[in-house]
Formats: sequence, structure tokens, C-alpha cells
Amino acid sequence: MKNIFKILSTIFAALLAGPVLAQQVEMADTMRSEGKIYVVVGIVLIVLVGLIAYLFMLDRRVKKLENRQK
Amino acid sequence: MKTWLKIVAIVLLIYVHTAGLLMDVPRLNILNETVRALYFHVPMWFGMVLLYFMSVYYAIRYLRNPLSDFDTYSVTYAHVGTAFGILGMVTGMLWANYTWGSPWHGDPKQNGAAIALLVYLAYFVLRGSLENEEQRAKLGAVYNIFAFAAMIPLLFIIPRLTDSLHPGNGGNPGFNAYDLDASMRKVFYPAVLAWFLIGLWIVNIRVRIKKLEEKSIQQS
Repeated sequence: MKNIFKILSTIFAALLAGPVLAQQVEMADTMRSEGKIYVVVGIVLIVLVGLIAYLFMLDRRVKKLENRQK
Repeated sequence: MKTWLKIVAIVLLIYVHTAGLLMDVPRLNILNETVRALYFHVPMWFGMVLLYFMSVYYAIRYLRNPLSDFDTYSVTYAHVGTAFGILGMVTGMLWANYTWGSPWHGDPKQNGAAIALLVYLAYFVLRGSLENEEQRAKLGAVYNIFAFAAMIPLLFIIPRLTDSLHPGNGGNPGFNAYDLDASMRKVFYPAVLAWFLIGLWIVNIRVRIKKLEEKSIQQS
């Protein structure tokens, strides 16, 4: 009976300590640091790269048309 | 347009958008982090002025030697320049809303920029109202010179003569207002160059499309 109580209290303590421990665990937190600015950087870069890729595709399409007309 | 120039523009833009958001900037009251908008808002205007300069350059070349290619380049540069100007206007209004208190503050530079954009919009109206191609090109080229000559004082001279909230005007120092001016330049000038190159690229695509259209009209 004492053993069961011991086990239960250990589990309970572990549950309580869980959130505290989680903060010490090493995670990929770069994206969440400094007010999550890196998320914004990522979003801006995605938009930028996407638009430039679009320009490249437009360029290729025009080139195809030019080749066809020759 | 050379592919390496496009690559340079892309690499510079990726650098500008990363460093512009992450690098240290001067800590200033009211401006706070919005000082970073300098890296994204001002290059639109610099790009516009450079593109308008190319436009007036081709307008003068057309007047000296009336080849329709020169006219095509002139109008396309003006077109892309106006797109840059509209982006500069919208970003500036958003910035002004949170630092000056309202999107339209009646700042001389803001008003001057709006007038300059309207002068260029009138250029497109003028061109659109003329049927005869030669007449359109010639009148357009003459008006283009007028528009460029009107834009320079509106953007760069009048705001300096009166009080303006824009840095570098009316006794306001430009970059010197910020302690870290040297480090801000490291991001700002690449941004100007990169966006100008992107502008040239868009002009290049538009001119090629226009030539294709003309060819297909001739063939049909």
C-alpha cells in the first residue's frame, strides 16, 4: 500500500514538474525566439521568392513565344 | 537582360529582406522598429526615380531619332516606374499612420509625390487619347520631359524649402538622424540597386511582350 502511494506521488510530481522540465528540454526554438521575428522573416522571404519565381516563369513563357515566332 | 543580373538582384533582395528585419537598427522614440521600413519603403521611390530617368532618356532619344523602339522603351519604363511609385505611396501611408498619426499628413514631400504621380498618370491619359502612333510617340516624348522636369522639384527641392516630416528635408537630417547610419546604408543601398534591377527585368519582359504583340498584328 505504501508502495502504491509512493508510485502515485512520484507520477503526480512528474506531472506537476512536466511543464517546468519542458522548458529546459532542447527544442528547435529559434523560430519562437525574439518575439517570433524569424517567422516574419520566413513569410517575407516566401513571398519574395514566390514572386521572383513567378517573374522567371513569365520570362520563360515570353521566350517560348519569341522562339515560336522566329 | 543578362541572367547574372537577375541572380544578383535576387541574392541582394534575399539579403535585404533578412538583414533588414534582423540587423540592429537605431532605437528611436515613436519610430521604434518601424525605422526598418526605410529598407523597404524608400527603395520604391529611388526605383521610381531611376526608372523615370530611363524613361525620359529614351524619350529624348526618340525625339532625336524617331524609332518606335525608343518610344516603346520610354513608355514601358514610365509604366513600371509608376507601379513602383504607387507601392511607395501605399507603404508610406501605412508607415505615416503609425508614426505621424494619420495616413495622409499633408507633408510637402507626400503631397509632392502625389502630384508627381498624377503628372505621370496624365502622361498615360495623353498617350491613350491619341490614335496616330507617330503623334502619340512624339507628344508623349515631349510631355515625358515635362513630367520628369516637374517631378524633380516636387520630390527633391520643394520639401527641402519648407518644413517636412521626411528625414533629409526642411532642416531634418537624412541618414545622419540615426546613429547607426553607416550600418543602415549597408542594407539600404543594396535594396535600391536590387529593386532597380527588378524594375529593369519587368521592363524587359513587358517590352518583349509588346514586340510580340506588334509582330502578331503585322502577321495577321
